[in-house]
Amino acid sequence: MIRIESVTKRYPDGTMAVDRLSLEIPDRSITVLVGPSGCGKTTTLRMINRMVEPTEGTILLDGADIQRQPVTTLRRSMGYVIQNAGLFQHRTVVDNIATVPRMLGWGRQRARERAAELMERVGLDTALAKRYPYQLSGGQQQRVGVARALAADPPVLLMDEPFSAVDPVVRKGLQDELLRIQEELGKTIVFVTHDIDEAVKLGTMVAVLREGGRLAQYAPPAELLSDPADAFVEDFLGADRGIRGLSFLSTTALELTTDPVIPPDATAERIGAADAAHLLVTDGEGRPLGWSEPRRLTAGDIRPDRLLPYGRPFVPGVDSLRVALDCAVLSPTGWAVAVDDAGRVRGVVSQQTIGDAIRTAHQDGRTAHQDGRAGDEKVLG
Amino acid sequence: MSGFFDIPSDLQHSWAGLIGLHLREALIPVAAGLLLALPVAQLCGRFRRLYPPVLGLTTVLYAIPSLAFFVVLIDYTGQTELTVMIPLALYSLVVLIPAIVDGVRSVPDETLAAATAMGLGPVRRYTQVQLPIAAPAIIAGLRVATASSISLVSVGALIGNQGALGNLLAAAQKYDRPELAVNAVLTMAVLAILCDVLLVLLRVLLTPWMPRGARSGTKSGARPGRFEEAEVKAL
Amino acid sequence: MNIFDFAHAFFGDSANWQGYDGIPQRFLEHLQYSLLALAVAAAIGLPVGLLTGHTGRGGNALAFIANAARALPSFGLLVLVVLLIGFGLLPVMIPLVVLAVPPILVTTYEAVRTVDPSPVDAARGMGMPESRILFQVEVPVALPLILSGLRSAAIQIVSTATIAAYVSLGGLGRYIIDGLYQRDYEKVVGGATLVAFLALVTLVLFWAAGRFTVSPGVRRR
Repeated sequence: MIRIESVTKRYPDGTMAVDRLSLEIPDRSITVLVGPSGCGKTTTLRMINRMVEPTEGTILLDGADIQRQPVTTLRRSMGYVIQNAGLFQHRTVVDNIATVPRMLGWGRQRARERAAELMERVGLDTALAKRYPYQLSGGQQQRVGVARALAADPPVLLMDEPFSAVDPVVRKGLQDELLRIQEELGKTIVFVTHDIDEAVKLGTMVAVLREGGRLAQYAPPAELLSDPADAFVEDFLGADRGIRGLSFLSTTALELTTDPVIPPDATAERIGAADAAHLLVTDGEGRPLGWSEPRRLTAGDIRPDRLLPYGRPFVPGVDSLRVALDCAVLSPTGWAVAVDDAGRVRGVVSQQTIGDAIRTAHQDGRTAHQDGRAGDEKVLG
Repeated sequence: MSGFFDIPSDLQHSWAGLIGLHLREALIPVAAGLLLALPVAQLCGRFRRLYPPVLGLTTVLYAIPSLAFFVVLIDYTGQTELTVMIPLALYSLVVLIPAIVDGVRSVPDETLAAATAMGLGPVRRYTQVQLPIAAPAIIAGLRVATASSISLVSVGALIGNQGALGNLLAAAQKYDRPELAVNAVLTMAVLAILCDVLLVLLRVLLTPWMPRGARSGTKSGARPGRFEEAEVKAL
Repeated sequence: MNIFDFAHAFFGDSANWQGYDGIPQRFLEHLQYSLLALAVAAAIGLPVGLLTGHTGRGGNALAFIANAARALPSFGLLVLVVLLIGFGLLPVMIPLVVLAVPPILVTTYEAVRTVDPSPVDAARGMGMPESRILFQVEVPVALPLILSGLRSAAIQIVSTATIAAYVSLGGLGRYIIDGLYQRDYEKVVGGATLVAFLALVTLVLFWAAGRFTVSPGVRRR
């Protein structure tokens, strides 16, 4: 565990980059430092591998002061990924990745084998091994940067705005890739970004910093969205934090009803018995076909081309409440369709019911957060 | 008789007179070189294939010792100032062509496109956009050309007292008066530094948009330090 | 007679190819002076340029020294040094080294200083020692510019080593100085042609050195 204890960085000209910052960075998870430019997030990151020395305060790595060990040893135990990847343009992809293993004294062959293994891990075609950085796209370069940082299998990974120089589509791919790699490797990752969406998407914990290097809030992303500490954090999160927060709420407990769902061979009685403005018609396998008002349906002669489209279905337990709500909003009837893995209808749910679920979840969450915060304070104090 | 500023009478000039002569012999060729270099550089800029051979040729020309040029020219122009000035103009040309070509090339394409889109014709685009932006590079070239010109004039002493301050060097040897050589070297160095300072001031005046103290080479973009390649010619 | 006739006559005369004043001998002497001067200048300019470029400090002092050194006229310096310490190899080497140090020093400084900072940052972050950062990250990228500084220095030395003849040493300058006093234009043109040829050879050698030592990733080809 990395523990930042009341760390201050003041530059000779008096600028306060970081002001008495205390953070506990949990092992095997992604901790994101986020904030506007000038909030000291990069300085904080760079103090962890001593690229910047703090003016006051200490940083502990697994209980030991990082000042106690030689700076090169410390840095070799931490992967470091920066914005433009910072690849060595005179070395091939494979030799870039093999840099740290070679520094640690590995043989050339072993280092290259390790590099090839990492290329696959970060989703790079090994055919690129002999290319030079200028022959790669921005996204590929960044993948090489991540692979290079992982090469010696360091327990800690420091990432300084690694994805901010690539376009949004590539960025999304890189983020998903990082989450996948993290699931496999379980590194302790400290990730700096100015993009709150990226922070919310990647972070297990998110530290929001404000100008002058002060900590505004340190919380899991769901709590950050539902319960911002002050106006600054709220403003920084943006206008639709409520909607975004739904990403963290599960649809497992959502109450589904099968009442308005009818098979293609439904009888007139079945159609008449349903107490709903619209009925969802399925095919013989139970997959959704479309919506219709009951009076427009003739038993025994249901024509799929006359039905209203059912929009996009969601999978309860897999998709979040945000997806479920989105399905309901986009549905012509205001009802979202829930399906199982095979695409068979499990039931439908109204906007009303989703709204109830959101309120319940928020009430539960608030209680949980209050408990959690009491615990945090003990640790931080 | 052995004073620092006691110039032997056979030089036919006072110290100040030698300085004036030296500056004239050194600076007229640079000006002539600049006038010639502008159209040649424009051609090289337009016909890109022309540039690499021109660059190779100029490097080799620059390497030919000035003394050899002087000697060969004596047959045509006699033991005159002109014999010294013609090679110096040629050397200036050689320094200035790459400086101007690189300077003009450093103008970003989007700037040129914007100028064209605003309806500037080729002539106006050259004089109002390309030349001003290339000014720092051209002045960097002028600094090198001027420094080498001031140094090279002294070699003219070898072809019969056409070296202005360089003649002091010959006199120093003839009369075994090292202080005259010290005088010559220092005066030339000071002249070179003064001219250099004036050119830097000129650049500051001409390019108010550039941050003070910015090095011309690094500001021109793609190839930092490009102008360090053109070095002051010594002989 | 024009320059080409002179050159033709000079190189066509078999007497010019033999003995202590023959072309091979003079060429070799010229090469020796040039290499020695380049070696000394590089031994001064490279380490200082690499160090200042790496730390990014001392740039203004370097620019000042380089400008001052450039302002010194080599021919004047030669005459002065000869008057002060007499004839020999040293008075030739002093102006040549003074001439060659600034381009090597300034270009090396500039080349290392302008290396993209992000790979250097990455290297430092992965725990590379400073010496390794300089030689394995910065120098390979700065190499084309460093070579160009060495190249201009070398060509200037080749051209200026002619002055060795002025202080009674050998080298290709012999032909130019002797030709001047003997009014023998064949010799002058021949000597100048040989100097230009050596300059051309220098260019080609540096081009080849670049091909061999600069990584294709830096050359981008």
